[in-house]
Order: sequence, then structure tokens, then C-alpha cells
Amino acid sequence: MDARRPEGRGLLIHTTVNGLDCEADVWPGASLLALLRDEFGLAGSKNACEQGECGSCSAWLDGELVCACLVPAVQADGAAVRTVESLGDGRRLHAVQDAFLAAGAVQCGFCTPGMVVAAVDLLERNPAPSDEAIREALAGNLCRCTGYQKILDAVHVAAAELS
Amino acid sequence: MSTTQITPTPSGVGTSARRVDGIPKVTGTYAYASDLDAENSLWAYTVRSPYASARIKGIDVSAAHRAPGVAAVLVAADIPGRKTFGLEFCDQPVLADDVVRYAGEPVAVVAAESLEEARQAASAIVVDYEPLTPVTDMEAALRPDSPRVHDFGNVLRHVHILHGDVDSPEAEVWVDGYYETGTQDQAALGPEAGLAVPGSDGGIDLYVATQWLHVDRQQIAPCLDLPEEKVRITLAGVGGAFGSREDVHMQIHASALALKTGRPVRMSYGREESFNGHVHRHPSRTWIRFGATRDGRLLAADVRLLLDGGAYASSSPAVISNASTFAPGPYEVPNVRVEGTVVYTNNPPCGAMRGFGAPQVCFAYESAMDVLATKLGIDPIELRLRNALHTGSVLPTGQVITGTAPVREVIERCVAIPMPAPEPAAGRDAISYPGGAGNVSRGESLRRGVGFAVGYKNIAYSEGFDDAAEATVTLRPTPDGPVASVRTAAVEYGQGLYTVLAQIVRTELDVEDVAVEPATTMENGSAGSTSASRQSTMSGGAVLGACAEIKRELASGPLEEPITRTYTYHHRATTELDDQGQGAPHVSFGFAAERAVVEVDEELGLVRVLQIAAVQDVGRVMNPQGATGQVEGGTAQGLGLAVLEELDLKDGIIRNASFTDYLIPTILDVPPIVTEFVEEPEPDAPYGLKGIGEMATVVATAAIVAALRDATGRTLNRAPATPEDLAGLRPPATTTGPAPVPDVPGQKAIPEYLGLGLGQQELMKARGR
Amino acid sequence: MEALLPRSLEEALALRAAHPDAVPVAGGTDLMVAVNFGRARPPVLLDLSRVQELKSWRRENGSVFVGAGMTFARIGRELGEFRPLVEAARSVGSPQIRSRATIGGNIGTASPAGDALPVLAAYGATIVVGSTRGERRQAWDAFFTGPKRTTLAPDELVLGVEWQAAAGPGSFAKVGTRNAMVIAIAGVCLQLDLGARTVRLALGSVAPTVVRAPDSEAFAADVIPWDEPERELPEEAVSEFGRLAAAAAQPIDDVRGSAAYRRHVVEVLARRELSWTLGDRRAEAC
Repeated sequence: MDARRPEGRGLLIHTTVNGLDCEADVWPGASLLALLRDEFGLAGSKNACEQGECGSCSAWLDGELVCACLVPAVQADGAAVRTVESLGDGRRLHAVQDAFLAAGAVQCGFCTPGMVVAAVDLLERNPAPSDEAIREALAGNLCRCTGYQKILDAVHVAAAELS
Repeated sequence: MSTTQITPTPSGVGTSARRVDGIPKVTGTYAYASDLDAENSLWAYTVRSPYASARIKGIDVSAAHRAPGVAAVLVAADIPGRKTFGLEFCDQPVLADDVVRYAGEPVAVVAAESLEEARQAASAIVVDYEPLTPVTDMEAALRPDSPRVHDFGNVLRHVHILHGDVDSPEAEVWVDGYYETGTQDQAALGPEAGLAVPGSDGGIDLYVATQWLHVDRQQIAPCLDLPEEKVRITLAGVGGAFGSREDVHMQIHASALALKTGRPVRMSYGREESFNGHVHRHPSRTWIRFGATRDGRLLAADVRLLLDGGAYASSSPAVISNASTFAPGPYEVPNVRVEGTVVYTNNPPCGAMRGFGAPQVCFAYESAMDVLATKLGIDPIELRLRNALHTGSVLPTGQVITGTAPVREVIERCVAIPMPAPEPAAGRDAISYPGGAGNVSRGESLRRGVGFAVGYKNIAYSEGFDDAAEATVTLRPTPDGPVASVRTAAVEYGQGLYTVLAQIVRTELDVEDVAVEPATTMENGSAGSTSASRQSTMSGGAVLGACAEIKRELASGPLEEPITRTYTYHHRATTELDDQGQGAPHVSFGFAAERAVVEVDEELGLVRVLQIAAVQDVGRVMNPQGATGQVEGGTAQGLGLAVLEELDLKDGIIRNASFTDYLIPTILDVPPIVTEFVEEPEPDAPYGLKGIGEMATVVATAAIVAALRDATGRTLNRAPATPEDLAGLRPPATTTGPAPVPDVPGQKAIPEYLGLGLGQQELMKARGR
Repeated sequence: MEALLPRSLEEALALRAAHPDAVPVAGGTDLMVAVNFGRARPPVLLDLSRVQELKSWRRENGSVFVGAGMTFARIGRELGEFRPLVEAARSVGSPQIRSRATIGGNIGTASPAGDALPVLAAYGATIVVGSTRGERRQAWDAFFTGPKRTTLAPDELVLGVEWQAAAGPGSFAKVGTRNAMVIAIAGVCLQLDLGARTVRLALGSVAPTVVRAPDSEAFAADVIPWDEPERELPEEAVSEFGRLAAAAAQPIDDVRGSAAYRRHVVEVLARRELSWTLGDRRAEAC
């Protein structure tokens, strides 16, 4: 959904994205996902369903895992947003990202950013999750390619690496 | 962005080399078609028919032209060249002209400064429809009084296969069955999307998610009234496909708008539009009869198969012929008759989806084999082993299997995989019961069931089609050692093709650094479609051939200048089917078996699949992690058709075009999958490899439904098996008897008999109306 | 489209009164779906996400109040003593949805499939609404008037929901075809009050609004051995309870399920939940 406003009326949003102060003029009906993708050039969060069913737009809003497609952009005003682009430090991948590659958990990759964000969120709260805990935490992230096996493996690999 | 790897990995053929496109994918920088943008671009949106069948009396676009931000509005008359396109026959209008034949058919397209403005303008377009009575049932479509979707009638193709004497008098035991499968959707996460940029030469540069660049170009160019060289296609990142991208989706629309406005045009479907904007898996009805001796030797198979192709041909003619050739299953049956029909209806068009007709017939023949086993009092596995195909077997088409066919080994290894340990019924976390997060159980009425299925399908294209693949390899000296690059038009959409191609170059040329360049039509000849489980073989063969030529060159001296070689790989020739369905239509075959263990809450009809054991005959494992990934993903899609997925079509309208109500499996629905491979090298294939992508999907549905039958004792002759079926609240699907066999001039698709092959005029106008 | 961003409840109510066409939004998990799909274009958005007064809950003596802005994630973490409510919260969508979807949204949207609604009905809850004219309290069954219809006036906002905590076991269950991320085909909440010796059974997704099943409640209250927690209820009584519960459902056929299946699900879940709650009671007593 394009954040550029149609009628010329907009709201100025000030937000912090991945630690950087940003602002944009957006149509009030735009979602945080549109803001990230169309205004801030952060295309890592994906637009697979735009109704919160698939998790491919997963990001953090003030530290909580959300579907960015369902967050009205105006609610990001004054808030801190963190996306997949914040992971790793520019030279090295985040342990979860590397684990996804090591475990073969990436095929088409469309679900991957959202899946990685949700996995990072899980491990930040539960450093040694069981299979059931992983499944419950990733229940909102759909993948059509992998059958999820290697995604489970990747989370275990990352948990071991991070501990 | 460079990275240090935590675990170094080996990287040639046979290793689990890391994906060559992995880093951009995990960091979110991989550019999918829906991520593309350009300076000064417009957004496009499509107006689609709400009716399954209607005459268009007029289209008033004046309000849309005046709407804010609008740059162009196109209807059928504005398409510069040919008005129709299609994979096999040009029977599908770019934009509907005088009639619409399915709900969702594109009628007009709008380009505007923003997506919102394009949407608003689209809703201001007034189409004057005169609704007509649609035909939405595949058997009704065969009746002489049925509304006609196209003027020549509703039969698109009928395939007749006759081998031996199907009323074989020595058969002592017969079983009859009727089986149905619903309309499944590929539901790739990445939506249909692309960017069309007008060129200064009057041509178009198109960046799109697709499965076959060159066949897209072949269809797009005539519609834009451009020579093919002026339609320059570059593959954009593809978020999955599974058949949904074989047909043209937004390519012609965006290109026509770009040429009209002189500006780049972006198009990206939302999820609802995506459901309506691509082809689906053919729903099927199969009447199957097996005759056997009392000691379990199959003597006869008589199969009537009917597929609903929807409003336009897409690849339906190939799907029905594929499905028909596999209809008795991977068994030696000396007497076979198959009558397979695909019809037109006013339902949304069906086309390629992983398995291409083979999953539908596998569900029928494996279900019937279980019924036969019970009737004979023979163990179902033993019955299959007794009849399994092998090298040298004669198929229903008379084709002799000259390649490998380790069906017995596939079956035996599958059933040898250890079963999952029993779990106590009580005391689990609520989420571990069928029904998962709904908290519906503490272990009540749980029944375990085990089911098995073996199946097969062909690799590459059939019936005489030469789907060759070209690839170019360059070896370049550098101060740090030689580096290589691969250039191919082959599409990578997640299965790991580019990684396999890089592995081949590493092994053949002994060079670690291999880059795979972007796929374009400008720099490459066709690689054929990424479908039919063919690309590793075909593009792998092309890369292997190019490497062989480079090695020959290197034999005459050290590498001082870059060496580039292009190679086109052809598989061996196949034939069409003669008028009895005999010939050698397929290149080679891949076999797979799965055993499913399920747990059913009998009262509520809810399912938890506990384990899938999967064995697949692949010739050679090129990348173990990639290969198991294909089996796991393919199995999950088969699981979807078994218990969750079906497009809810009413009067031709999709009622569940969203992920809320078209349910694909979540991580709580897909169980551990234990995979093993049988590696018997296929003769005359690069590395002896066979295709891998589809076979797990072919068998998974049948295995899981068989397990559900075992758990519940219910007939379950329809997939998906819903909670209502499992709880016994819905009776089995019934039939009044096999659909009548249509009268057709021969084995080919009907449009071909009418002189309407590829490259012809659109149907109605060609008949002089 | 305009957006109004009040920072206090007072400001929110004033804006609501001044803009009757404004659509309130908190978590956005319902509204944004409609906006993204082009199905809703509210002229004005009233963003309640910054109104802190809506985001708390309190317990005073036996009375519980939960603010409309409480998300299902927080309900799951903070209201652990209310097992059915926590079970309902856990069944909502995904972690991403639970961190945003609010109980006020469930109440305001009033979908017959709203996951918290059977629990509120079983609790006999009172919906608390506010406006510049003051606060108004209304019993849940008077507040919900039809599918996605309530008595909320154009100048009112849902402030929260309150109920008298029942001393006793309870449970919530909902059926969907898939093991996660489902809109309920049918949902059932059972709550026992050991002090008052009453049974409350509420059904979701099987009628135009969430409903109670009074005949089954009366039957259960009559047959439950209140004085003998260790005694089991005979199977025929449990079955009869289920039958009466199913009879209270008025389900329809739709894309998600048939009326017959929904009725069947109610019968099965009611039976199971009665056995569970009595079993939990037995376990606590012994």
C-alpha cells in the first residue's frame, strides 16, 4: 500500500527507525509497512498479505513484535521502530541470520525477514526454547517453501550460538 | 555487504553449499519484483469482472480519465497488437473485449501517481455488464445444453489411452472407486509484481517475477506490436511460484501502460487480487477401476478422469495428458484404458501447480490400491511391491522405462523409517493436541492412523516438446586465482537452482568463486521453464556442457584470457501420443513414497500430523540440504491439499481469496519430516540426476488421507478432508457414474484442430464473427 | 483522511464528540485490514493508542476492571488468575497480533467471532463506555445487539469491561480448521462459581452475537455435586449438558463451517469443558 498521499493532505510523522530519526509526510490511512517501504526505502519488511495473517512484515514497535501492515503509520509518530535491517552490524550477520543460512532455512526468502525478526524476538525473551515454544512463537509467520523443518533447526542453531 | 561466516562450508556438487543468494535474503536486501521502483514511476491497478460470465455492453472510462493523478486508462481496444495471449493457445484476452468468461478477468487497467489514486480511478470506471448464465460444474460443462465458454464447445482436450484388453477376463477381483480433489492455490508468498520501463527505442524493459522469461516474451511482444528483441525481460526476485507464474499476469498490462505514458509503471497485486490473478490447480473427478488376480497381480486399470480447466486454456492440455499417462499409478498393469478430459468452464482458469495433474491421480490410484488390498486380504505395502514398476517395465502408453525406476527400493526404505514414538494422550501442553492453539483438548478421542502412498511423475516437458536450456559459463583469470560466472535465463524462485549451478561449476572447473548473473532475455537464449522438476537437469546439463568445453580449451594451455562458452542442452526426444495414446511421451520419471502418521480428534475432526517419512528417487543428490528442503516444502503443500486448502468457489466466484480463509499450513501444522534419498544414477543425465521439486507433493496428499482413513475408519474419498468429513458430519462424495466420453477428432487439444495454435488470431475473430 | 491523536482520555472523548464520523483505532488489527484492502476509507481516524488511561486494569475486592486498551499479550501476561480469559488471549492470532489487538477492539467491533467475547459473557460482564456526557454501564447482552452492532453512540468510546470475579474453575476453547491463526468456527467458555453454585456457559460464532446457554446452565447447576467435589458427574449428565448447550446455538452455514458442524462443536466443547472444570475442582480439593 503506497504511503504517498493522494489528495495532498498528509500528516508529518516523526519516528526513529533503526536508531535513526526520520520523518515523512504520509496519508493517514497508510500503514507502518507502507511508511517503511515507500517513504524510508526499507524494503526488507514484505507485503505478502497486508492483513496480518502471514507475518512477512514483522517488525518491532517500541520493542514489541508487530505486523507493520496493521499498524497505522500515525501510531509510529514518536515511537521507535526496528526492522530486519537493524540486525547484524554491517560486517557480520546476526546469529539468527547466519543460522538460517547454515541450516538451509531459506528458499524463496519472502518470509525470511519476518521469520528472522520473529525468531530474534523469541530468543531475546526465551534463550533456550523448546520445539513447542518455537512453533507457538512462529505460528504467525507463514512459509510456503520450506515446510518449516529447517526454520526450527535454524532457531536451535542460533540459540546454541547465542548462549 | 561482506560477511564472516561462522561455519565454513564445502561447496561442490553433493555438498550442502550455502545459497548463493542467501545473504541478501536474510538481510532483507534481496530485490523482489514487488520491491522494485524507478524514478518518475506510476502505479497501475486492474479492473476485474465481478461476473463469471457476462457480455460487456460498454465501458465508460471518462470519470477515470478525469480522476486525480491518473496518467492512462486502457481497455481492449487500446492494446496495440494482438488482443490475446496464452501459454499453449492464444485464447485469453489481455483485456476483455465483448465478453468476460470468469470472475476476476481483467477488463481495464489504470496508471496513476499513487496506488491509492489508481484504485480510486479504477472504481470510477463503469462497465455495463449483461450477466449470462455461467457453467461452473465440470460435468455440467460436458452436457450438450451447457452454456459454451468458447464458441467451439467446452471440451478443451480429451486424451484416450488404450493398451491391451481392459475387460481382461482373468482378473478375479475388481474394485471401483470415485475420488475428488478440490481447487488448490499455489499461494506463493510473493505477489505477482513487476516494473515496466519504456525504452528510448520504443521497446520495453520489463523486470518481473516469472517462471520462463522467453515464453513471456513470446506472448508479450505481439500484444505490444513489438518485435521480440524490443521486449527486454530481466528476472526480478521471485517470492515462490509453484506454477502460478508460468502464465503471464501483469506483464502486458504494465508494459502497455508504460508505452502509453512514457513512464515506468509498477504493478504489485495484493493478496486478494493475487488469488484472482493467477491460475490454480485443476480440481478433479476420477472414476477408477482396478482388476487383479487373487494373489494381488494387477491385470487391468480403467480410469475416467475429468479436470476443470476454467475459462482459458493455460497449460491444461499438457496437464490432462500428464495426468492421464500416470492414472494407473507406478505399477505394471498390462491392460489399461484411460479417458482423460479437461473442460472449459466459467470458473477461474487452472494451470500449472506443483505436480501438474499427478497429485490428483495419485490420490485416486493410491486410495483404490488400499481398497484392493483390503478386498484381497493382502498387506497394502506388499500389494504395491508386487506390482511396482522397474526399469524395462511397459507403461500404459507403451513407453518402456529405459531409465532408472527403483520403485521397490523407494517403498521398502520408506516403510523402514522408524515410526514416531507413541505419545501419552493426557498431560500434554494444550497446543500439542489436534486443534493446537484453540485449547480444545486434553487428550479426548484421539486416534492414531498410518497411511502410505507411492507415486511418480515425469521430468521435463513431454509429447515431443524440445524444452532445451542454454547456459553460458565464463572463466576469468584474476590476480587471486580464476573466478567463474554463469549466465542463464533460468529462473531461480527459491528451490536453490542457482546454488546447484554454482556447485557444478566449482566441481567441474575447480574454482571456488562462482557468480550467477541476473537472468535476462537480452544476453541468453531460453532455458525453458522452471517447472516440471526439470531445471537442475536441463540448466545443469547446459552448465556442465559449457564447463566441458572450457575444460577442453584449458587442456591446450594456461588461462590467460577469459574463456566463455555457451551450451544448449537437449534432453532426448519424446513422441506425441498416437490415436490409442501410445508413444514415448516422457523423458524420464521420478518416484517417491511417503508414510504419514496422524493423530485425529475423532469427535471434532481435527488433525495433527505427527510424522511424514519421505523417500525419493533422485538419481543424484546435488545439495543435501537443498534436496531435503524441496521434499519438506513439497510435502507441506501436499499436506495443505490433504486437510486444509481449497478455493471455495460458488457460481464461479472465489469466496475465500485471503489468507484468513484460504488456510495454508502454519508451523503448528507441519510435522517433522524424515527424508531419505535413493540415488541410482539416471543414464544420460548430467551427474545421473533426476528432478526433485514435485514428487513429494504428488504423494503427500494421498499418504495423509490414507492415514486419516486408518485413524477414523471413514471413506474419505475427497481431498481436502475437512473436520466435517472426519467427524462424520458430511457423507462421502457421490457420483451418478463416470462422466461421458466426449466425441473428439483426436488426441490433440481442440483449438489445434481449428487451426488456432500458438501465434494465431484470437478465437472469436478468427472464426469470422 | 484525517487523523486525530489525543493524548488523554478527556481529549479523546472531546474529539469523539466533535467528530461523530471519526473511526476509533487502537491496535488496528481489524480496521487496518479493511483500509489496506480498500474496503474502508474513514474520513477521520481517532487514534487511541496514546491514551494511557485505557491501558490499565485493576481489581478491587471482587470486582475486576480491564481497560479497553489492554492488549491480548498483556492480558495473557498479567491476568493469569482468569484462566478462560488467558486461554482466549492465547488463542488469538499470533504473537504479532496479540501484541496489538485489544479487548476494547473485540468489544467495539463486536464480531460474533470475537475471541474474548464468550469469556465476557460467561463472566456476566458489564461494558463501560464513556463520553463527554459521562460514563455509562451496560450488561454485555444489552450492549451487543447484532453482528458487529452495539449500542455505542457516535460520541461514545469503549472504556473497558468489568465483572465480579467468580470463585471457581473455568475454561475457554475454540475450534478452527488449522492448528493456529484461525477465526473461530465455534468458541465456548464455561465458568463455575463455587460460592454462588452457578454455572455460566457462553457460545461464540454460533449466533448473531455471543450468547449464553441458560438451559444448560440451569441443568448443570442442578446436577453438579457442589458439596462433594471428589464425586464425578455421570456420563449421561455430561452428555445432556452438551446437548442443551448445542440447542442454544443458532449457527449459520458460511465459508468457515456449516451450521451442523458448529452445533456439533458446541456440544463437544461444552461436554469437555464441564469435565475439565469439574476435574480441576477435584484436583484442587484433594
